[in-house]
This record gives sequence, C-alpha cells and structure tokens, in this order.
Amino acid sequence: MPVLGGSDGRPPAIELRGVSKSFGTVKANDDVTLVVEAGTIHGIVGENGAGKSTLMNVLYGLHQADTGDILINGETVVIHSSADSIAKGIGMVHQHFMLVPNFSVLDNVMLGSEGGMLLKKGRNETLEVLDRLEAEYDMSVDHDSNVGDQPVGRQQRVEILKALRSGARILILDEPTGVLTPQEADSLFRMLATLKDSGVTILLITHKLTEIMAITDSVSIMRQGTMVAHRQTADTSPQELAELMVGRKVLLQVDRGISTPGDTYLSVSGLGCQSRKGARVLTDISFDVRSGEILGVAGVAGNGQSELLEAIAGMRAPNDGSITILGKKITGQSTTDPEKMRTLKLAHIPEDRHKHGLILGFEARENSILGYHNTALGGTGRLFDRTAVTRHCEALMATYDVRPPDPALPAKSFSGGNQQKLVIAREMDAAPKVLVVGQPTRGVDIGAIEFIHKQLIALRDAGCAILLVSVELEEIIGLSDRIVVMNNGRQVGIIDRDEADERTLGLMMAGIAKGEAA
Amino acid sequence: MSDFAFQLLLTFDATLRLATPLILCAMAGIFSERSGVIDISLEGKMLASAFAAAAVASLAGSPWLGVLAAIGVSVILALVHGFACITHRGNQVVSGLAINILASGLTVTVGIALFRQGGQTPPLASAERFRPIQWWFADGLDKVPVAGAIYRELISGHNELVYIALATVPISAFVLYKTRFGLRLRAVGEMPKAVDCAGISVNWLRYRAVIIAGVLCGLAGAYLSTGQGAGFVREMSAGKGYIALAAVIFGKWRPVYALLACLMFGFLEAGASRLQGIDLPLIGEVPVQLVLALPYIMTVLLLAGFIGRASPPAAIGEPYVK
Repeated sequence: MPVLGGSDGRPPAIELRGVSKSFGTVKANDDVTLVVEAGTIHGIVGENGAGKSTLMNVLYGLHQADTGDILINGETVVIHSSADSIAKGIGMVHQHFMLVPNFSVLDNVMLGSEGGMLLKKGRNETLEVLDRLEAEYDMSVDHDSNVGDQPVGRQQRVEILKALRSGARILILDEPTGVLTPQEADSLFRMLATLKDSGVTILLITHKLTEIMAITDSVSIMRQGTMVAHRQTADTSPQELAELMVGRKVLLQVDRGISTPGDTYLSVSGLGCQSRKGARVLTDISFDVRSGEILGVAGVAGNGQSELLEAIAGMRAPNDGSITILGKKITGQSTTDPEKMRTLKLAHIPEDRHKHGLILGFEARENSILGYHNTALGGTGRLFDRTAVTRHCEALMATYDVRPPDPALPAKSFSGGNQQKLVIAREMDAAPKVLVVGQPTRGVDIGAIEFIHKQLIALRDAGCAILLVSVELEEIIGLSDRIVVMNNGRQVGIIDRDEADERTLGLMMAGIAKGEAA
Repeated sequence: MSDFAFQLLLTFDATLRLATPLILCAMAGIFSERSGVIDISLEGKMLASAFAAAAVASLAGSPWLGVLAAIGVSVILALVHGFACITHRGNQVVSGLAINILASGLTVTVGIALFRQGGQTPPLASAERFRPIQWWFADGLDKVPVAGAIYRELISGHNELVYIALATVPISAFVLYKTRFGLRLRAVGEMPKAVDCAGISVNWLRYRAVIIAGVLCGLAGAYLSTGQGAGFVREMSAGKGYIALAAVIFGKWRPVYALLACLMFGFLEAGASRLQGIDLPLIGEVPVQLVLALPYIMTVLLLAGFIGRASPPAAIGEPYVK
C-alpha cells in the first residue's frame, strides 16, 4: 500500500479493501484496494473495460460487491442501493446524465429528496438550497426550463447540483468532459476546484490523461479489473500513466510523417441539409479534401457532424449544394445511396458502429462483406460463396489484428476495439480513394487507438483523401492536416493544423470564428 | 325547453353514463403507462371484474361486496401483469394480451360452472346493483328553467360509481403533478435509471402503479355489470378497454385531456344509439351497423391522424435492467 499524503487529520473519505465483483465468469473487479483522502481530487484512469465503471457502481450501490469492505470516512459501511450511498453522502455525476429530459431543472433536482408527501413545501426548500448552492459555487441555472432543452454543460451542472442538494460530500464524476467543449470543461474544473476548497472529496474517472495531470492531487490506475498502481499526480507523467494503463510502452502521439497532398478527390460545396421535420441541420458547408490529406472535422457532438458524414456517405440526400467525388457531382436531385457511393471508390466508417457499421447478430465474416456483398467479394455466382467469404474475413482479421480471429463468431461477441477494427478492415480493404470516418476510436482502448491511427496515416500516405470526424480534439489535432470546425450545423472556419491548438479550436467550437475573439 | 335541447340534454346524460367505464379505465391506463408499463389488459381486467362484481352481488346480495370482489380480481390480474412485466421483464403487450384472453375465457367458464346460464350471471335485482341517486331538490328545482332540467337530468340521478369515476380525474391529476409519488411515477416512466440512481426502487414504484390501475379497472368492471347493466353478459366489455387506451393516448397521458377524450367517445356512442332509425337530411337513414361502429371508426381515425405530436413516456414498454 503506497502511503498517500492526507491534507489534514481526517480519515480517508473512501477506502476500499479487497473489493471483487464478477459478472458470470468475468472478473470485473479483482481485489481492488483504493484510498481517497478527504478533501482531495483523486483520479482513476484505465482503459475501457478496465473495471472503473463497475467499481464506481459498487461504490454507488448500483452493484453489490462479491467480497471486500467499503469504508466511508473511516467507518465500514454496507451499501445495498443508491439510497444507502446517498445517505452516506456520496453523489454521482454519470457519464450519461441521470436526468429526466422533459422535467424542469427544479423537478430533477428534487427527485429523490422531495422532503415530504406533497411537492409544494419541498419545492420552496429546494429553491432556497439551489439559490444558496448556486451563489456559493457560482453555477447558475434556469430552474423552470426543461433539462432536455439546456446545453450539455448546463445539464451537467444540474446533475452536480442534484448531488449536492441530496447532501453529497463525496462526488464521483464518470467521464465528465466527454461531451463538453474545452471551455465548458475548464469551467467544470474551476467548479470542482471550488468544491474541493469547501471540503468536498472528488473522485474523477476519465481516460483523458491531460485532465488527470491538470486537476487531480493523486491518481489510481486500473487495468483488467485490478488496481495496478497509485501515484501522486505531481510525481508522474502522462507517458507513465499510459504505460501503466496498457501494460506496455505506447505512442501517445502518432508519427504523422509528412503529407503530400495531390488532386482534389472530395469536394463539398454549399452543402445544406434539413431534418425530416424540416429543421436545418447543415447550412452552407464547403471544403475540399485532396489526395494524401486528412481533413479533420472538429466540434462538440451534435453540431451537424453526423449529418455531414451521412450526406457524404449517401445516407442522407442534400437539400442544397453538392458533393463531388472524383469528378462525379451529387446534388439533391441525384438519386443516391451508400452502395452507389461505394462504386465511386468512397468508403465510410460510420460513427456508430452498432447502428450503422455492423449487424451485431451476424457473424464476423458476414459483416466483413457488408455493403460489398453484391461485389465479387460475396462470390461470383448467384449464391454467396461462403468459403470465399470466410477466407476473405480470415485475411482481414490477420492484417488488421482482429481478435479472436474467428470468422464464425457473431459481431456482438467482439470487444469494442475489435468490432471497430473489423469495420475499419472492411472499409480500408476496399482500397478507397475517399474515406469518411466518424469517431474512429470511440470506446476503443489505447492499444487499438494506436493501431487505428497508424492505419489512417498509412492510408493517407497511399493517396487516399480522408475526412475525419471526431469529438476527441487530441485525435483531430494529432492526425489532421487541416481542420474544419463546426457549430450548430455551420462551418465556423477551416484552419491549418499548425495554427490549431485546443484554445483556438475550443473558441471556434463555441461558434466564435478565428480572429473575432481576443 | 325545446324538444331538441331536451334530446341533447338526454344525450349528454347518456354520454356521462357511457363514458364512466372509459374514464376509470383511462385513469388506470395513465397510472400504469406513466410508470412505463404498457397496459393493454385494461379490457381483460374490466371484463373479469365485471363478472366478479355481478357474481358476488348476485350470491351475496350486496353491490358493494361486488365492488370489493371486482377490485380484488382486477388487482390480482394487475399483479400477474406486474409479475410478468416488472419482476420478470416480460413483453408487456404479450402479457396484456394473455390477460385479455384469460379473462375472456375464464369469465364464461366460471360463469357456466356457477350459474349454468350460458356464461351469464342471473339478472340482478334492484338491491343487488347500483341505483341512480336523486340529489336533493332535484324535483324541487324542476321549475327553474334550463338549470333545473340540467340539474335533474345531467348532474343528479346517476349512481355512485359515476361520481366516483368523475372524482378520479382531479384526484389522478393531483397525485401525478402535486405529490412526491406522482413526481417519481412520472420520472420512472421517462427515465427509470435516474430514479434508481436517486435511491428509489423502480420496481416498487411500478408495482404500485399497476395496482392502482387494477383498482380503477375493478371499479370500471363493477360499473359495467352492477351499475350500467344488471348482470354479467359474456364479452360485455366489448372493446371499451381498448377505447380507453385510445383515450389515454389521445389525451397525451394526461388525466384531464383523457377525460375529454373519454367524454367524446361516450358522446359518439350515445349519439350513435340516438341516430338509429332517424332520417338525416341529405344522407337519409344511416345503417344501424355503421352507426354502432362509429365510435370505433372514430378511434382509428383519431389515432391515425389527429393526435399529432403526442410523445409517450420515454421508457414505456421497456423493462428496467440495471
């Protein structure tokens, strides 16, 4: 047990001793030990599937540990349900907010701590508490509007206020910055610092090492269900943390090499789209992507990137403007579909692999020709040639390191990273001239991220024009040659990679064009 | 008062009587569905409790004992639905259908075994059923123009269950929007996970909701056989449970809107029986079958085209898995 420096004489806010939790034969948490000093910000890092969420769910009472002890403020406690942990002063800010979208902010904050059978009295009390908390921590919210109508940053505040309202002195935040702009994340961190100053203990779960370095006092690293190390943040480095997470040396930054852009392969001009209900989702988007170049699309999730991907991939007809792929112009009048787009040598790695990339119940080999099943890959005759398909899938699995390399296994049985590699293998193997990629590394572990990034660079060097949409700014900055920033369905601007840093992009993501700020 | 106005008044009076089981079932549906449990078994619960009410009223000679039996049977069926859908996360539509089929068969079978009258219960005597109550001064106020007639025909002269049904609407609205239970109930139908994370049991909330639905359907069933009718007749619910479900959707899962929808369906039904055999200008005499089918046709049309952007509770139909 490493000794962590307590800031004062208080016992640790949280102490876990030998906590184990299994789901069937899978050990999600194996003999986990953790000490979180009171009044500190403690980070927990680990790859997807390392057991961070399970551990937090055990602490928050959503799951029960099989063995092990939980101590809160030095006392052994038994937590059977969220109600127990709330009673012990634990509050949780979930990655996917646990808020009712069509309830008002006030009703959401009240839920669970209504203060009596009738709502009237509790409403007034909650309003008072809210006013006090908002003044104390400088986080104002509109009490009467629906939570679903608020920006995500605001929703997160509601979630924090809700936890504080129910008396939380220990706050667990699960991947809190996943959906925030860098500015919103900064404002969250300032809020957390204020909370820490007032004595609240904060447990921050994240996979973003920069955040760990920026705001935590100490950090624990998990790998494959076990706690592998504890560090004081001041004594460690992102490189060391990454290696501890993965268990081997990793490259955090891809070696981008030098790009040599050639002819324009993909050209988007004045593109506009409407949703089925008639709302504008894309307005006046124009850019070119050249051969041997990666154009990144940055933006907070839900600002039109998905629609842009769909339009270029042929899943959504444009209302205005045109898309030109290798000289072939597509407008709202052209009848198009993803299959026709593929014949133009365009490949698409969808951002939601479960919804658009794979059929989860189908075998890997069937998925490996999905979208190409009418080409020679599916067999030359009228019937599918299952042997050929299996061989094709085996080859893809070998080249793209898909594990386990079993073509007969249903897609749903693979881990997220391997599912993604299967999709990437399928699309890249078609030797596209234009590749549109959405969130290539979402829910993928660090080892696979490194691999996927290398593949993208290799395809770029082979002369492919790549459009890369991602909400991970590090990924955009790390891979792109130029960057388009989107806000509210419009493009805020295009900048070269060399002028791009998180601050500039963050402002643009908030809709402030470059040069307007300062 | 003109003859037409008086006819209209009588139609409104009939509307209220015909809408009563719809209102009770619609409130039942609102509670269940607001908690996230689809309740297509309103029909079956109503039918089974109609039988229970008539059978017990006939055997024990008291309509109130009949109501108790009706509620008991309906709550048991509601618990079966809950056990299948909440505890075992079964498909809510399938479970509901099963209950409807069960009620349809079982009422007749038990009816034949008990009374040997082809599945019916014996006709109930006056003392064994709910009789209209005349309110104070109903006849005294008769001299007052218009208001007197309205008071006598429309407001006074219904049985207890009609007034209970009308009272359930404001009570339901109050419970849903002004109480802790209501807030949690609405939340659990929208986002059960949020409720679970707030330390509240999702299953217990949903069980309470389906039990309330059971009680209300029990009242509706008792009304059918011991209030509106005088005895149980096979399939006497005749799709009213489904119409009530339509009223829930048409009323956007809100008590007062659902009441209005129920009254509209009730009015169509009341109007339909009055239209029979009457020559309408331009159209001529409308076939009886078409007139009787009118409420059902309207239901289909309204559901298909007119409800607009009714958004059901977000988690409806989804069993809660942690």
